[in-house]
Amino acid sequence: MLLYLFKRLGMTVLVLFIVMVFLSILVQFVPGDAARSLLGPRATEDQVLKIRSLMDLDKPVYIQVAHFVWNTLHGNFGNDFWTGRPISSYIRDVIGHTAALAFSSLGLAVLLGIPLGVYSATHPNSWLDRILAVISISFITLPSYVAGLFLLLVFAVRLRWLPAMGVGEPGNGVDYLRHLILPSVALAITWIGYLARLVRTSLLEVLNTNYVRVAQAFGLRDRVIFYKYALKNALIPTVAVLGVGLGSLMGGAMFAEVIFSRPGMGSFIYNAINARNFPMVRAGVLVIAFMFVAANLIADFVYGWLDPRIQLGETRG
Amino acid sequence: MKFVGRPSNRVARSIRRIPVLGPALLQPLGALGFIIVLLFVLTTILAPWIAPYNPIKQDIKQLLKPPSVQHYLGTDYLGRDLLSRLVYGSRIAISAALPTIAIALVGGLFLGLLSGYVGGWLDNVILVMLDSIQAFPGLILALAILALLGPSFRNIIFVMGLAFIPGYARVTRAQVLSVKKNDYIEAELNLGASSARIILMHVLPNILGPLAILVAMDTPVVITFEAGLSFIGLGVQPPNPSWGVILSDGFKFINRSPYPILWAGLALMITTLGFTLFGETLRDVLDPRLSGTRGL
Repeated sequence: MLLYLFKRLGMTVLVLFIVMVFLSILVQFVPGDAARSLLGPRATEDQVLKIRSLMDLDKPVYIQVAHFVWNTLHGNFGNDFWTGRPISSYIRDVIGHTAALAFSSLGLAVLLGIPLGVYSATHPNSWLDRILAVISISFITLPSYVAGLFLLLVFAVRLRWLPAMGVGEPGNGVDYLRHLILPSVALAITWIGYLARLVRTSLLEVLNTNYVRVAQAFGLRDRVIFYKYALKNALIPTVAVLGVGLGSLMGGAMFAEVIFSRPGMGSFIYNAINARNFPMVRAGVLVIAFMFVAANLIADFVYGWLDPRIQLGETRG
Repeated sequence: MKFVGRPSNRVARSIRRIPVLGPALLQPLGALGFIIVLLFVLTTILAPWIAPYNPIKQDIKQLLKPPSVQHYLGTDYLGRDLLSRLVYGSRIAISAALPTIAIALVGGLFLGLLSGYVGGWLDNVILVMLDSIQAFPGLILALAILALLGPSFRNIIFVMGLAFIPGYARVTRAQVLSVKKNDYIEAELNLGASSARIILMHVLPNILGPLAILVAMDTPVVITFEAGLSFIGLGVQPPNPSWGVILSDGFKFINRSPYPILWAGLALMITTLGFTLFGETLRDVLDPRLSGTRGL
């Protein structure tokens, strides 16, 4: 267990290091003068000089990389080119909104996806199971931005039941939740379908194992077998996937945030791209990569803890 | 497979015999998926004959019109015919998907063979590379690169190809490792067979099935990926009628007309559903072991 843990941790540190190096040398691939093309055609000579020194573009590549990695490790993404405010403070302002969105989507997916999967597994090949199968596939394949736009169109623009924009008045919890509903649903739809299928598959697998058959032979009631023994084991893969889900929801939140004009990591990157503010884009992307990798790591550990068998096998397939 | 052993059902038997695709076509959902895919491909080929108008021709007297006899699906904010834009949009979708999948396939196959067959430190280096690419959610990686290099079509394809390489490399590597374990490989190597022979005769035939499934499953993902980038403004640029561009135009005028979003959204929904249904059936038929392993 300990060896596995260390190996996995070491790998993660290495990957994060490569990610940082990658993001800092990316600027070398810009054709021509990087500072000039980052700022666009209307930049003044002063601005070009300023961003060049801000991003260390006037220094050798290895110094650029070293500076970037060093500063990042200290939580310092530099100051914003236009306002002079630290970029990290912008991120601190918005990251909570993205976390709220990701967690509420994941909550929705769990609340709806798991019961649907349980129903399908306990009534395999019933007509409702077949219908649910098609619905789950449709949910999985539905791009989140299409879901978001449709929800916006129906519930905000046409019916006017829910707000279309922003996060509501500051300090008003109910208003915040009302603003959270549509983006969360848009983001959750894929995961509702995915969890429903995953739970169905793993539950059916468990219900076919010998220990369930033995329990039946002992005359235990179906309900006891099901909730006390089968479901617990069947949910192990689901729990592991939830960690991955949290990471990818953080990344996937961009569309929901842009469509519903919510502040968050996604709209932060989106706005930075439109403002041609590459240091901000880079900081936002890096933060999301860190969260993504961390969520995956936690998911792996939780999985290993819940199901001790997997440590014996290869960690990577 | 209830048709087996029923000689009277000639049609079913001859469908079954179609290599690779046959068994999948006999499943209702697989057949539905196949029909959708077929319609999509036909649309891309026949676009100039299906589309009633030039997809980028503006008509300022017909802005944001609902469906009518002149414009079956209505018009957008510049008076362009939505049906024509959707039809030509399918061409953009496929012309982004094909080269992306090709890059991912060739790159992934190469890296996977290298890391699985050669092994050792090379294997570890390649695994770390793949892990690093996958440290980003695909979209975010694409954004970082496109924001810098600019959203030219070539860059979009390159970025998407890069984001999809790890999947192919991992599948290839896993297959290589499982083939390499067999005793007959050892025997053949001892008899003096070359690596090229082992790879061509034993490894590649085993990889083709899983890779075919991956291609079928990834095509819709690439299509939604491209449309998503275009929706954000970092993909195909206006006035080209990518479905993502149509959505983004529609989003700006969502209060005045629901139709651009409705149609482009439906087009994306149906196309991805068709490819996925077909791909999943293909997977269940070709390789039941993989069932349920890839849902995203």
